[in-house]
Amino acid sequence: MNFIIQFVNSLTSGGGGYQLLNHIINGISLGSVYAIIALGYTMVYGIAKMLNFAHGDVIMVGAYVCFYAFNAMKLPEPLAMCAPLLAVCAAVVVCTLLGVGIEKLAYKPLRAAPSLAVLITAIGVSYFLQNAALLLWSSSPKVFPSFFVIRTTDADGESVVLRSVQLGAVSISYVTIVTIVSCVVIMLWLTWFTGRTKMGKAMRACSEDKAAAQLMGIDVNATISLTFAIGSGLAAIAGALLCSAYPNLVPTTGSMPGIKAFTAAVFGGIGSIPGAFLGGLLLGVLEIFAKAYISVQLSDAVVFAVLIVVLLVKPTGLLGRAIREKV
Amino acid sequence: MKKKLLCALLALSMLFVLAACNGAPAENPGNNDAQTSGDTNTPGGAQTPDDTQAPADNGESQSEPEPAAPDDQAGLSGETEPEPAAPVEGAFKLGGTGPLTGGAAIYGNAAKNGAQIAADEINAAGGAVKFELRYEDDAHDAEKAVNAYNALKDWGMQISLGSVTSKPAEATSAESFADGIFSLTPSASSPATIAGKDNVFQMCFSDPNQGTASAQYIGMQNLAKSVAVIWKSDDVYSKGIRDTFLEEADAQGLDIVSDTTFSDGNATDFSVQLNDAKNNGAELVFLPMYYEPASLILAQASAMGYAPKWFGVDGMDGILTMQGFDASLAEGVMLLTPFNADATDDATAKFVAEYQRRFGETPNQFAADGYDCVYAYKQALEAANATPDMGAAALNDLMKAQFTSMTFRGLTGDEMTWDASGAVSKLPKGMVIQNGAYVGMD
Repeated sequence: MNFIIQFVNSLTSGGGGYQLLNHIINGISLGSVYAIIALGYTMVYGIAKMLNFAHGDVIMVGAYVCFYAFNAMKLPEPLAMCAPLLAVCAAVVVCTLLGVGIEKLAYKPLRAAPSLAVLITAIGVSYFLQNAALLLWSSSPKVFPSFFVIRTTDADGESVVLRSVQLGAVSISYVTIVTIVSCVVIMLWLTWFTGRTKMGKAMRACSEDKAAAQLMGIDVNATISLTFAIGSGLAAIAGALLCSAYPNLVPTTGSMPGIKAFTAAVFGGIGSIPGAFLGGLLLGVLEIFAKAYISVQLSDAVVFAVLIVVLLVKPTGLLGRAIREKV
Repeated sequence: MKKKLLCALLALSMLFVLAACNGAPAENPGNNDAQTSGDTNTPGGAQTPDDTQAPADNGESQSEPEPAAPDDQAGLSGETEPEPAAPVEGAFKLGGTGPLTGGAAIYGNAAKNGAQIAADEINAAGGAVKFELRYEDDAHDAEKAVNAYNALKDWGMQISLGSVTSKPAEATSAESFADGIFSLTPSASSPATIAGKDNVFQMCFSDPNQGTASAQYIGMQNLAKSVAVIWKSDDVYSKGIRDTFLEEADAQGLDIVSDTTFSDGNATDFSVQLNDAKNNGAELVFLPMYYEPASLILAQASAMGYAPKWFGVDGMDGILTMQGFDASLAEGVMLLTPFNADATDDATAKFVAEYQRRFGETPNQFAADGYDCVYAYKQALEAANATPDMGAAALNDLMKAQFTSMTFRGLTGDEMTWDASGAVSKLPKGMVIQNGAYVGMD
């Protein structure tokens, strides 16, 4: 067990300890991106009980809208600071409309259909979005602008661009900090929203029993549309953060992180909002550890093997709630 | 009511798809069939040759048809049509495949544009040898490349420009060897492209040559002692260069302190690889890969405050033309490439000026390779007294004899010769990126 020895060594030796800390931070920064995407997956699944595989591609659309909105904006100097924020807002608006549109066109007619049909439709929507993006924006990769940098001048009066904050021997990039903070904020907001507000309660009622919710006077269709609106709005934010951290933008940008984030959502217990957060972070750290201490080539295999083990032991995921089927 | 709404929305989305389809040919005239196979039969897909649109956002957009060479655009745009319009009279049918769409489109379009300029120049000069050039899209995919190759064969291709990138080239070169169609690839550098095929030749260095030349260059110029390598394990191009680089690095006394990989599925996060290089004290990081992952590596290294010397290979060419790329990230990146757009000799200056006029960007090495290929063919065909009515088989034998014996002087090398295996011999030039442009290192 070479890897365990290496692992223990790295824990004990001084230089390795900082190495380990570095890997944890990198893992968290990757995981926070997964977590923010997983929140969207879990939100839609928790309420509408369907896997929206197009989520990753809505993220891609959000990133493109953000990219073009940012490049199109020519704000005067004092307002230039707001440009990224405005670009993200534009992306949120477009993605919300897109999400609601997709739901109306592709999923609503299948409300009564078996869940397999909805799943296949979601995969179809995912491919549609990818190919539409290919036609609209071409396949040549775009480089996403760096939003989270600090431009300042150093002692010699030369302008420098700061991308990370140095804490002792480790450096944390601003993107990571922003991603984690927004992830926590979104998670708390979603928990509050679904738990305390009237709309949130309606959502939970729909997820438990659609027919009964309707009898209680809840507009089920409107509630599900709202779920998609929120989920897709989150996707736009996730897209901007994903591409700020990994600035290559192509029409397939969303698909691989989307699948990993879906895994993270299942890992944490799909339907559970804190579970998605936890699952995302754990998945990111696991992936970086597997890369660093086992093998880059095997990293995905290791991550998914851990997922299988977790699901064998705890089929509902880490924080998932076991719901007994009433027969 | 709802059904009507649905119908209206579907019709709208159909319109949107058609509109998007209409826009695509502006970027790659007639070559969007790979992605829009379902739409090319519609009026939107059947572009008329002279339907020029405003150049699209990216640099690879085609400019308007050349008034001097009316056949060029007509020949190209005919690709989605059954028969190409207005073929050049008495010309050699020269075909090639390349990624005109997809992530590697920058290479395919560059090679195609370069070859097109050469063919137009040769045709305009009115010598004995004329070319009718046709490029088909392979989207950097081996299967699509074979389909594209078959389409070219049906068209009546007599001599081939092979494929632009290595993976498709390995597939099409096997076909052209089996069919006995002579092939000269501008830029497919993997050894397997030419291995065991006596009629497949390369205009670029082969991968092993690039690895060896890079290590020699680093050693001789004393750029660094301790070197890290990050390479893509599922790519023959990357692996080929890395293997010979390591061999030669040993001979040059370079210390390989870190040797890490990535692959298609995990090509976004490079923190582990960069940390490994940083902690092992690498002064120089060698990146045998294409520019897309390389741009991510540069961005992430900058975010973690790691600034070693960077050394790339010809796949790095194109990083500066990525839309939105922060050129300061690539400041000081070195790469070996046989072509230097800043060179002051007449031939290069003329080519660069023409390329900039027609396509609005500085040509990269792939464009120069494509240009050289067509001129090498011209020289070989003239020397062999070949005529356009000869069949592919006859030309195959003539070209094999010519290419193994001739010396060619082009943009990418002064004295290029080929051995019987099809590999080229020429000298590389070291380049460094300064202020967002390539500058020769020596």
